[in-house]
Amino acid sequence: MNFLFPVIVKRTGFALLTLFAISILIFAGLEALPGDTAQAILGQGATQENLEALRKELKLDLPLHTRYATWLGDLARGELGNSLSNGRPVTGMIGWRFENTLVLAFSAAVVSIPLAIVLGLICALYQNSWLDKLLSTSTLSAISLPEFFVAYLLIVVFVVQFELFPSVAILRPDMALSERINVLVLPCLTLTLVVLAHMMRMTRAAIIGVLSSPYIEMARLKGVKRAKIIFYHALPNALAPIINVVVMDLAWLVVGVVVVEVVFVYPGLGQLLVDSVSKRDIPVVQASGLIFACTYIFLNLTADVLSILSNPKLRHPK
Amino acid sequence: MTPDIKPEIKPERLLTITGLEIEGRQDGKWKKVVKGVDLHLNRGEVLGLIGESGAGKSTIGLAAMGYAREGCRLSAGNINYLGKELRQAPESELEQIRGYKIAYVAQSAAASFNPSHKLITQFAETPLAHKMMTMEQAKAKAEDLYTKLFLPDPAGIGFRYPHQVSGGQLQRAMVAMAMACDPDIIIFDEPTTALDVTTQIEVLTAIKEVVRKFNCAAIYITHDLAVVAQLSHRIMVLRHGLCVEEGQAAQILDAPKEKYTADLLAVRRQVKDVAPPKQEEPLLRVENITAGYKNGPAVLHNVSFEVFRGRTVAVVGESGSGKTSVARVITGFLPQTEGMVYFDGIEMSPLLKHRDKDRLRKWQMIFQMPDVAVNPRHKVKDIIGRPIRFYYNPGKKEIDRRVSELLEMIELNDKYLDRYPSELSGGEKQRVCIARALAAQPELIICDEVTSALDQLVAEEILKLLQRLQQDLNMGYLFITHDLATVRAIADDVVVMYQGRVVEHGPRDDVFTPPHHDYTELLLSSVPEMDPNWLDRVLETRQKKTA
Amino acid sequence: MKTMLNMFNTFKTSPLSAKIGLAVVIFGLSVALLAPMLAPYGESEIVADVWLSPGDGHLLGTDQLGRDMLTRLIYGARNSITIAFITTLIAFFVGAFLGLTAAVTGGWLDNLLARIVDIFMAFPTLILALMILSVLGTSIPVLIVVVALLDATRVFRLARALAMDIAIMEYVDAARLRGEKTFYIVRREILPNALPALIAEFGLRFCFIFLFISSLSFLGLGIQPPTADWGSMVRENSGAINFGILTPIYPAGAIAALTVSINMVVDWFLHRSAQIRA
Repeated sequence: MNFLFPVIVKRTGFALLTLFAISILIFAGLEALPGDTAQAILGQGATQENLEALRKELKLDLPLHTRYATWLGDLARGELGNSLSNGRPVTGMIGWRFENTLVLAFSAAVVSIPLAIVLGLICALYQNSWLDKLLSTSTLSAISLPEFFVAYLLIVVFVVQFELFPSVAILRPDMALSERINVLVLPCLTLTLVVLAHMMRMTRAAIIGVLSSPYIEMARLKGVKRAKIIFYHALPNALAPIINVVVMDLAWLVVGVVVVEVVFVYPGLGQLLVDSVSKRDIPVVQASGLIFACTYIFLNLTADVLSILSNPKLRHPK
Repeated sequence: MTPDIKPEIKPERLLTITGLEIEGRQDGKWKKVVKGVDLHLNRGEVLGLIGESGAGKSTIGLAAMGYAREGCRLSAGNINYLGKELRQAPESELEQIRGYKIAYVAQSAAASFNPSHKLITQFAETPLAHKMMTMEQAKAKAEDLYTKLFLPDPAGIGFRYPHQVSGGQLQRAMVAMAMACDPDIIIFDEPTTALDVTTQIEVLTAIKEVVRKFNCAAIYITHDLAVVAQLSHRIMVLRHGLCVEEGQAAQILDAPKEKYTADLLAVRRQVKDVAPPKQEEPLLRVENITAGYKNGPAVLHNVSFEVFRGRTVAVVGESGSGKTSVARVITGFLPQTEGMVYFDGIEMSPLLKHRDKDRLRKWQMIFQMPDVAVNPRHKVKDIIGRPIRFYYNPGKKEIDRRVSELLEMIELNDKYLDRYPSELSGGEKQRVCIARALAAQPELIICDEVTSALDQLVAEEILKLLQRLQQDLNMGYLFITHDLATVRAIADDVVVMYQGRVVEHGPRDDVFTPPHHDYTELLLSSVPEMDPNWLDRVLETRQKKTA
Repeated sequence: MKTMLNMFNTFKTSPLSAKIGLAVVIFGLSVALLAPMLAPYGESEIVADVWLSPGDGHLLGTDQLGRDMLTRLIYGARNSITIAFITTLIAFFVGAFLGLTAAVTGGWLDNLLARIVDIFMAFPTLILALMILSVLGTSIPVLIVVVALLDATRVFRLARALAMDIAIMEYVDAARLRGEKTFYIVRREILPNALPALIAEFGLRFCFIFLFISSLSFLGLGIQPPTADWGSMVRENSGAINFGILTPIYPAGAIAALTVSINMVVDWFLHRSAQIRA
């Protein structure tokens, strides 16, 4: 185990470094704005004195690195500042929406991961069968479809034609579970379709890669039964690449929600981010951007660590 | 027909293959790779299948288990194992035979063991599946076999993962795995080709022991006649998917009927007449070189030797001996930390980029893998023409003339000018590499394992060509090789390397005649000879020594 | 001439999907080139009532301001494809140049560039683009530069990996030993061997950038009205879907058709060059 430790520490270190770089980038973004926060709060008509006073209050007169340190400290305590457009604390605006986003991403993951792995496995096992060819061609197309196209197609079918689900996802805290699910179906289905194709293709490729290795031929020459070859000889070795793909796609999913949320007017973090970018409400943009980035980096780190852990050569050092 | 009167024990026939044809898929068409081969195997017998690449020997070996690789099919003929027809047998029936009655030992054990499972579980897989033994019995059997195969720590080694065991040991563990169910037949597919000679001898000994003790039959596939001579009762020579000749081992080795077999036999018996030593200034002098890779330990310690004009120095060693690193230091890819390289008495800068163009011109290199030593996107005339343009730039006409001249020197012709490397055979590519080196008109050529990726007959042609060129052009050669037969065929002087040090150094015949340094002794005695009794003899002498 | 014939011959043997894909790509490009000649109305001309159904005089109906949808789609082809193409070119040249150079030179430059790219790639592109655009504002030049630089990181990584694989080949060693300059090695030894993969990558990158800019436009943060652009057109007409009007499907479908087609062609190309190598 002591062999694994340094590798994992290294990866974690890199993730932290990335986060650090991002925090600097975000802070620099704040600074790069024409005018400063005081100006933004008080508007163009503010007097010089009022501006000075507010700058002191907001500690804008301190040097850059001190302010960066303060900002980072506030961030760590969950104080993300106030929105420029409505003056409300950012933390409060984000909390509920982030939860909604996670619910959406999580439900899409629950549907797509098992489906992708099973379909990928079937395609790999029945390579070049009509099913494999059909799925390969359709997934090749599906990975290059824009999310909003998939979303509108689904709306045309399920909302316009069959009137099964609402096209606008309105969420209220007091909604019953069944209502919530009803609202979730279409956004979730869109995300699933979008992420499924990639995950399935990668799973298929990983398994085919393992199946063509000499130890699988050896297993066949030992007279091992087909099912055992797949589950005992192939799967443990395909696990690392598959886990990697799944977690990376999860990371992608968390970001992919942005467009889907906008299509369905789903009250999530992505929707908030996009709204704030068009209003140029920088504190909100940066807070929500940071949350997205952290989630993405954390999931990528998890993918890294899991694939290291599932490698027998690293798990059992010499 | 007269009935058999003599009370002779009739050998038990295990396997009979008749009229076997195998096809491989190429550009969407089925093409024959094995074109009608007959063979048979009796209990207690080892059949050696020998041939160069493309002979179809591995394909036939796998066919004996009713198995065809992806993209191949067993298109005609009969494969009869104890009355059962295997060619078109259903998979479920073949599963009952594979591993249980007919077992397989692959060329690369490192790739053929599943990295996710311990050796012992992979050993026990087939016996357990056939309910031959319990896990406990399998463990005991494994320990017994590991002991018989001279594996260290036979009780514990099974509980390691494949990557925790060395190559030679893993190969023996694979032989043990094949023996797990006491099969009738074992197919050995080049089991020692990837190993160093000193490791090869251990594996060969183990295989010989096992076949003798367990009274099974074996098919031994290899390209190396000397290896097959040690183990086989009968030998079958294959070429282009056809049987060239078949016979008792002694007959094939001593009195081959076919010219092809005789050629194969002659390859390893080529010996160069050593040129008389020279008293002049050496062309290349390597002095006390110590070098290592970034942040790593030193891979070379105090290496010194000299190369003279018109003479060949062979640097011999096994993998990890540092012989390739020597070439990298001389060429400037690996700057040394201590010592100096002198060319024509002048110090060479350790870094390639600090060396001037004319100096670089004077030594050229020929590489191990002709497939990757020529740019696949360049035509032959550009490959050979570039050094002429780069060093001399004599104008287009003169370049064309020189290229044609060089093609002639390497025994090719103008038809090759516009070909791309993919349109050349391995040997032709290596010839083009030689022409590219000659184009610079060098004084020294460094040859890094130039024949190891080639078939033996082709390799021999290349060695002969290199010798002729040396006589004509009076160049010095530095030969990096692991193969002692190559050394005999080409070297005047020999440098023996072991673990980054020169252990012995001198004229070839001095190094090759006793008394030797211990390692040289081990190396020399491990090289298989055509004599079928060689292995037994070596083991006997080694036992005497240790006793 | 001979190469044209060769291309035609290899194309004849391609699978159906590649043929359809290539036809769609060529169709899209011709429409983009000939936009003013093909379009029945002006780019931002208001010609009829809002959201008319497809029919008389308006093959695809009208949009949310009463502009002819077909006209908008045709001009959209020109704008969207041109912007994505320029972006891809910039991304490609910056990324490929730096990637190849880094791989061949090695040393601190290679290390520095690789680290920077690692950090950028550990960060979701869409979020990063949104954050940068929120600060810099959205205009077409800013959009092109930001997206191109973000995407150049991916090209860099591929080009570097390709060149690394090729640089360890013995023919490159042979050129180095001969004393060849780095520029010669990159141009004559490495580039010809990396080219097929780079061409395929160009197709994929274009696809990705096209989708990416469309998504940004769809979110209202890319190409701004009144410029006709497929992504923005989906956004502008998205309200229609609630009335059962299919208007937003047309531009979305156009985007999908183009990206899927490019993918099919690239897939065939990759398949073919893999076969040639084997």
